[in-house]
Amino acid sequence: MKITVAGVSKEVAEGLTVAQLVIDENVEMPQYVTVTVNDDFVEHDSFEGTVLKEGDSVEFLYFMGGGAV
Amino acid sequence: MIKLRKSDYEKIVAHAKKEAPVEACGLIAGELEGGDKIVKKVYILTNIDHAEEHFTLDPREQLKAVKDMRAEGLIPLGNWHSHPVSPSRPSDEDKRLAYDSSASYMILSLMEEEPVLNSFHIEGDKAEKEQLVIADE
Repeated sequence: MKITVAGVSKEVAEGLTVAQLVIDENVEMPQYVTVTVNDDFVEHDSFEGTVLKEGDSVEFLYFMGGGAV
Repeated sequence: MIKLRKSDYEKIVAHAKKEAPVEACGLIAGELEGGDKIVKKVYILTNIDHAEEHFTLDPREQLKAVKDMRAEGLIPLGNWHSHPVSPSRPSDEDKRLAYDSSASYMILSLMEEEPVLNSFHIEGDKAEKEQLVIADE
């Protein structure tokens, strides 16, 4: 099936989960990554249980923050 | 070298002053020319911490900005934030949370009357100041 990852169309296996996609895409420091599927935010504890579907659009957003101290 | 338009610098300063004493933050996007980064667009995002010594970019606004960058053919170059009452240098927390060594981390200090903006390359606990050029256009 085809999905879009960070704006790029990709052919992936049926039944692919967000957790497996994070691994396949070599996402660095996944603990700091927020994932959206079709603009819906997926909680980290739902990565394993979120199965992607044909036409889904996935984005990886890195946490960005800091502080003055 | 990283190049920022004066109008974009002024946009950052104006927003940071408006938000002070809360930290202000956002993203920078643009193009790579050789080894240089050319900032073409500055994004102002909400600091969802609404704190004077911390910032976290609003992920929903971050998503919107990333899509806008893609639509405009720009690449993410890094982020910026303000230090309302401390110097323009990365704090320990800034370094700890700088996951991307390819990004530029701009820090605007408002502690003196004249704002000070510096850009840093951060890798692990090491931060190096980048050559920042603020040009008229």
